[in-house]
Amino acid sequence: MKKILNTVTATLVGTVISFNVFAVASVELDQANTDITDKKSLQNGARLFMNYCAGCHSIKFMRYNRIGKDLDIADEDIEKNFIFGNEKIGSPITSAMSVEGAAKWFGTTPPDLSLVSRSKGVDWIYTYLRGFYKDEERIFGVNNHVLENASMPDVLWSLKQNKSSEAFDQDVRDITNFLDYVGEPAKLIRTELGYKVLGFLFILFILSYLLKKEYWKDVKYGKWRAKD
Amino acid sequence: MDNNKNWIDQRFPLTKVWNEHLAEYYTPRNFNFWYFFGSLAILVLVMQLITGIFLTMHFKPDSANAFASVEYIMRDVDWGWLIRYMHSTGASAFFVVIYLHMYRAMLYGSYKAPRELIWILGMVLYIALMAEAFMGYVLPWGQMSYWGAQVIISLFGSVPVIGPDLLTWILGDYAVGDPALNRFFSLHVIALPLILVILVFLHIVALHTVGSNNPDGIEIKKNKDKNGIPKDGIPFHPYYSVKDIVGVVVFLMIFSAILFFSPALNGYFLEHANFVEANPLKTPDHIAPLWYLTPFYSVLRAIPPMFGSQFPGVVGMFAALLILIALPWLDRSKVKSIRYRSWPYKIALGVFVVSFIVLGYLGMQPVTPVNAFLARVFTVTYFGFFILMPWFTSVGKTKEVPARLTE
Repeated sequence: MKKILNTVTATLVGTVISFNVFAVASVELDQANTDITDKKSLQNGARLFMNYCAGCHSIKFMRYNRIGKDLDIADEDIEKNFIFGNEKIGSPITSAMSVEGAAKWFGTTPPDLSLVSRSKGVDWIYTYLRGFYKDEERIFGVNNHVLENASMPDVLWSLKQNKSSEAFDQDVRDITNFLDYVGEPAKLIRTELGYKVLGFLFILFILSYLLKKEYWKDVKYGKWRAKD
Repeated sequence: MDNNKNWIDQRFPLTKVWNEHLAEYYTPRNFNFWYFFGSLAILVLVMQLITGIFLTMHFKPDSANAFASVEYIMRDVDWGWLIRYMHSTGASAFFVVIYLHMYRAMLYGSYKAPRELIWILGMVLYIALMAEAFMGYVLPWGQMSYWGAQVIISLFGSVPVIGPDLLTWILGDYAVGDPALNRFFSLHVIALPLILVILVFLHIVALHTVGSNNPDGIEIKKNKDKNGIPKDGIPFHPYYSVKDIVGVVVFLMIFSAILFFSPALNGYFLEHANFVEANPLKTPDHIAPLWYLTPFYSVLRAIPPMFGSQFPGVVGMFAALLILIALPWLDRSKVKSIRYRSWPYKIALGVFVVSFIVLGYLGMQPVTPVNAFLARVFTVTYFGFFILMPWFTSVGKTKEVPARLTE
């Protein structure tokens, strides 16, 4: 820790160092334009996530039946299409891959994606998933614009082959949208509730203002008006 | 009802307390916008206490489970997300309210005699609140919780001679870990809230002993009618209680707008990196405390190490905080309110406000040579405000203070 503080203060002293020394090289991110109220998009995103992502990535803070409840998918359909192991409908969504196996195959454990939308943002996910390019140097033959030397193969490759680029972008947008929901399931009801709360407070504001005005007549003209 | 009141009054001074502090507490009639923030601070305190009680029911102060238990609150606890957001938004709201409350005191000279003790109690409250907020921020055990704690706590390690031992004593370990999380939890949920509540009580008792200041900085108790009631005073209840309700509702509207539409406020109220679980092996690119601590963090970073020690920076940071306590004695002006102050004071106060805001902004940014230079300049102007105060408050022409409130 001291090392960090030393580094920080050393930089303070070293005014000769170039201006951008600590600037993190940032990639221009595309706008994801997801819409969390679009249930079709969320359902498609959930389906694609379960088929293309969930093999390696867990979303361990999410439960199967919570997705069903929030996205209007019946429990039977969840069990048939989403649960590949012998987990129960109320189980958290963990990955089938073992930690040792993952380390052997990818050099690292694929991260849990429960909160990726909150730590990286939807634009990052959307750009990252569309950011793979051919690179024979890499073990899976692909590299990524957003996350240089990512250990992840381009799992959506087969999806990309059979679609127009607009349709593919929409699929990626749906996966991103789904991950946005997974990051914060309450988001589905949060804004709607917000409008109701603000509406209530607005009425309360009018009433409380009128109450204040009524009482303060005493101060302006009545018993408590400025004396002599 | 009256019989009940008599019964209680014979055993407890209920009516007396009610009258002394509300119905017959005479308050200047000219309170403006700046006078809402005292009652709002109490509102936020109560809200933090109540939401905190419910969060404590579900939170696990254990480095293996803390992060997951917060997500459990966000997902599986009924209305847990609302309670958690109220608490996290409430923490930032508390500082917004407190900073405006303190600025009011500076605008109208409310810290000046005879209210020095109110100011000191308020400053101790402010420091306790910072400790409370800092420890609360560690509890979700995200990356910023962990690394922020590492940075701040490591400051104690720079104390000469006893530093390393002091650090181990504070942490109960050689690095931030489970023992630190446990003791921060204990301090956050019981020790500091208890101190805060007691200090608020003392702050209000002291205020009600000398009476409230006002935007004119005139002592209303100097002009009383034949019944001993200040001529410019009105009872706090019902006049200011109904007025404060309007303030409360407006505050809740802004608070709710943030809570429901942008609870993380783009990383200012909940940092993005804090949605990644703490990892002692992976230092984030950029460590910044939450916005309310950043002015002092900037001062820390602006002071270079001397004799191979970080200690001067730490001393500077605490000095920037503690020097505020001396305000009542540094201010030599005869008048209280900005309305009647001399122009050198008005300029100095403006420089102070700009310094504080710029330091706060810089504290959130990565260190670059330009930022470092600016942080040093504004650290100098920040301290300059206090050091030169005895001078600039005694020069320049102040305006004539009227005998009675002007509105």
